[in-house]
Amino acid sequence: MITAAALATLALVCAVGAWRFTRARWTYRAPHVAIVLWQALGVTWGLAGTGTLLAYALEPYGQGVLHGLAAFAASALGGGYGPAEPYDLPRIVALITGLTALVVLVVVLLIAGVQTLRARHRHRTLLALVAREDPEVPGVRVVDHPGATAYCVPGLRSQVVVSAGTLKLLSPAELSAVLAHEAAHVRERHDLVLLPFAALRRALPWSRLVANVQDEVSLLVEMAADDVARRYCSPRRLATALLRFGTAGAVPTPNGAMGAAGSCSAVMARVERLVTPGPALSRGVRYSIVAFSVTLTVSAPLLWLVPH
Amino acid sequence: MKGLGELERSIMDIIWAQPSAVTAREVGRLIADRDLAPTTVMTVLDRLTRKGFLVRTRDGRAWRYEPAESRDSYIAELMLEALDLTGDRSAALTRFAQAVSGNEAEILRRALTELEDE
Repeated sequence: MITAAALATLALVCAVGAWRFTRARWTYRAPHVAIVLWQALGVTWGLAGTGTLLAYALEPYGQGVLHGLAAFAASALGGGYGPAEPYDLPRIVALITGLTALVVLVVVLLIAGVQTLRARHRHRTLLALVAREDPEVPGVRVVDHPGATAYCVPGLRSQVVVSAGTLKLLSPAELSAVLAHEAAHVRERHDLVLLPFAALRRALPWSRLVANVQDEVSLLVEMAADDVARRYCSPRRLATALLRFGTAGAVPTPNGAMGAAGSCSAVMARVERLVTPGPALSRGVRYSIVAFSVTLTVSAPLLWLVPH
Repeated sequence: MKGLGELERSIMDIIWAQPSAVTAREVGRLIADRDLAPTTVMTVLDRLTRKGFLVRTRDGRAWRYEPAESRDSYIAELMLEALDLTGDRSAALTRFAQAVSGNEAEILRRALTELEDE
């Protein structure tokens, strides 16, 4: 019972923490650290939430969650021998709910991963057919379209892509700032950071909290890339590039496509910290947040292991 | 000898430029690289058909190939994803920034003027 209670507390702490954390603004001063904390919260919330139900359900085995699951599977397959106490209804419900939730989480992640890989493959194939090289921007693929866009197709062989509209819109200094930003996405594999949060949002589309969390993590990822880019370019040029993109005018939306305009406040938040950077979070605070994140991440698997 | 990807690309360009469906022999005649073996052209045409970029129809003893979609429609597809307009909120691409809607754009435009004036 103690394990179940501890896991329940942990899950609750993560949910409340996530809710409070979406409003925190210190995160803008240390986006990399904040991303680590978000990942820790996500993983711990998933493991603690499902673990609570399973710990309660598998208590009669007296072996903890992980070994309890193994014992349950063995008895289910072997047919016959089970725990000493007979199963009561609440435990059966908890077992079914816990297992379902765990499977749903894993399957959703896997599906999101496969879909993402497939979408990228299709995108790369099309790029190979229609994108061109431009001597002005070596190593970057150019798509002949008047709309303004710059993005990267992540993967083992990442590709940075800009549209002809972007080349027209930005000054050379701004363009190199944008490319530095994209190079940061590539190097730090930000797509892998975003994947689980995007998957969770698709699994729980009605949850306001999950939607807010995903928006927040996306913004932090952009800020992290801005921070890397500013080492190689003028932050002011990066800021004007951002504003130019924002004002480039929404492209006419083709039928069947959802209009997805970026949010003005997100752009302004990025611009403000580029133009007038606040004081960075002190080293001590940053290290303690990382240490806290690590502890959080380790705690849930440990609770899965302890008997009772 | 160019890579297979580049060959696919130049063959698509040739077929897109033609007003009607073409045979492998015609593609071979139009391609810049004269040393290309006819079987290579056939292979690439076959690959492109299997990938769904070309559609072929029987014409006597030969196949006639035509593009499944126009070049512009592929560009449009790329841009839809690039601008995150497909509505599936996938994490397939990492984007630099997005345009904002009407009123909000005005706020950004003012901020831009301020930054440029300084």
